[in-house]
Amino acid sequence: MAQIEAVGGVGVERGSLPPTLMMSYWRTVAWRLARDPATLVAGAVLLLIALSALLAPWLAPYDPNAGTIRLRLASVGAPAHLLGTDEQGRDMLSRLLWGGRMTLVAGLTPVLVAFVLGTGLGVLAGYVGGLTNTLVMRTMDIFYAFPAVLLAIAISGALGPGLPNTLISLSIVFVPRVVRVAESATVQVKALEYIAAARASGAGVRAIVRHHLLANVLGPILVFASTQVSLSIILAAGLSFLGLGVTPPAAEWGLMLNTLRQSIYVNAVVPALPGLAIFVTSMAFNLLSDGLRDAMEIRA
Amino acid sequence: MSPGNGTPPLLEVRGLRKHFPLRGGVLQRTHAWVRAVDGVSFDVYPAETLGIVGESGCGKSTLARLILRLIEPDAGTVRFGGEDVRAATPPRMKRLRRDMQLVFQDPYASLNPRLTIEDAVAFSLLVHGTPRGQARERARALLGRVGLDPRLYGRRYAHELSGGQRQRVNIARALVLDPKLLVLDEPVSALDKSVQAQVLNLLQDLKAERALTYVFISHDLNVIEYVSGRVLVMYLGEVVETGTADALAQSPKHPYTQALFASAPSLDPDRRMERPPLAGDPPNPINPPSGCRFRTRCAFAMPRCAEAPPALRAVDPTHEVACYLYEAEATAVVPAR
Repeated sequence: MAQIEAVGGVGVERGSLPPTLMMSYWRTVAWRLARDPATLVAGAVLLLIALSALLAPWLAPYDPNAGTIRLRLASVGAPAHLLGTDEQGRDMLSRLLWGGRMTLVAGLTPVLVAFVLGTGLGVLAGYVGGLTNTLVMRTMDIFYAFPAVLLAIAISGALGPGLPNTLISLSIVFVPRVVRVAESATVQVKALEYIAAARASGAGVRAIVRHHLLANVLGPILVFASTQVSLSIILAAGLSFLGLGVTPPAAEWGLMLNTLRQSIYVNAVVPALPGLAIFVTSMAFNLLSDGLRDAMEIRA
Repeated sequence: MSPGNGTPPLLEVRGLRKHFPLRGGVLQRTHAWVRAVDGVSFDVYPAETLGIVGESGCGKSTLARLILRLIEPDAGTVRFGGEDVRAATPPRMKRLRRDMQLVFQDPYASLNPRLTIEDAVAFSLLVHGTPRGQARERARALLGRVGLDPRLYGRRYAHELSGGQRQRVNIARALVLDPKLLVLDEPVSALDKSVQAQVLNLLQDLKAERALTYVFISHDLNVIEYVSGRVLVMYLGEVVETGTADALAQSPKHPYTQALFASAPSLDPDRRMERPPLAGDPPNPINPPSGCRFRTRCAFAMPRCAEAPPALRAVDPTHEVACYLYEAEATAVVPAR
């Protein structure tokens, strides 16, 4: 009885709501992220990887490109070489640290480029509609028709090896994907009544896109883009593995995997290390994007 | 058509038509048209409430958007205060929008989930160049007027409010520009009965307070009867009958209007009719029946109903009906659509 009275109290429209509902949207998202253990672990791992890549020049005990042939393929835990040495006797720890820089750059840059370009093109196509939409989306479909790996290999093959070309080819792979997501989110939001209400109030296209559209489509696009980071890392490593990415002797995880692959019969653990690094990094990005997606799911 | 006091109408709608193309196939060719609104004419006089009633899919919402020029009509004119709305240049249109606002049906989709409700209300003012602080101040004042204490609710987001509260925000947003005309597109249909009554009373109070003119769209006859002075009955994109709310309730002429009133639950035994309520769904507006569009569901259909659509005829000075049954008693002929 007491409960019913408490619920049915007329005029009590006061905030008995949990604290989350009093915060702004992005603060709520951050608050939720900080309470998700998987996200916290993934975030910590990524922070560690990013820091070690950033501080590689100071952390690496040896020159990553200078080896001693006499000491090649030392096992993990060998004296003076904590993670062993590669097929040319180069210190694995140093190479993994330096390689992380390349891999992270090659993984993050294309997704960042795709996020910016893809959002712009997708929102344009979705909001303007009509012929513009057809032109943009059908052009994207051409790229979308190829499997990601094949497209990346084809473009890299045409442009030639090297980090800049890798970034270009991977950007071309990811832009159409982001455009699709951005376009469908835009079309969906554009049809909602609050956009019509903004138009009825006399707002111009720019004000509507800025205040009403972007605020509601950036979230889903960001979540989608974050899922693509791990794929980008793997594709970048794959290109290097095929000799289309970073050129030797520079350290990059995919390239290291390639050059070490013949030594797998001599020492099975050392060649697996770059693969492990790729796995852990892309896994952490995936967990982070899962957490982001869950945290941004705010419904009444 | 005029209530007879000689004042010029605030809103004149003449021959408004909107057909939506249905596209399909690889080349996106138009293979059919949905005749959402087909030759609708009416006047709205200052300070009155014109109710527009009809089944879902009869073109009521399209009509609302046509009036406000949120979509462009294929034909016809909308005059607001004597000015042709369709001919307005973009800057003029922006000014006109301050005078005519829309309250939406869906309390969930009509509020931006990323804006606090005071920002949602203040946005319209910002668009028209009001400084931010002042806009927020007026938004908060108006939120208070519609029954949402701005200190408690101003900084909340739409998802933290109930349906009725959101609809109050919608009303505040529509009123913040001080419009003369408010088009209400099913403003209470999504709400519980008890909340409906509160919101309807709020709308009535606001109307009196601010000398507003309402175009009130609903499928609910009880709501329409409660708020409207005059009522316009729509069927498949056409007007079939107009008249005062009392005249329509007491002696509905068009078989469709009669069926509508018969199907509306009433507590008054004198108003319960013997005639069975409407059977079946309205025909598809893609291929409406020839002649009178209601003839496929009409108990009085005659062969001539299939030949040509009946024009709206006045059966008395404030009551018009588009039906051949009343040709004999009609005194004046309104130009056909």
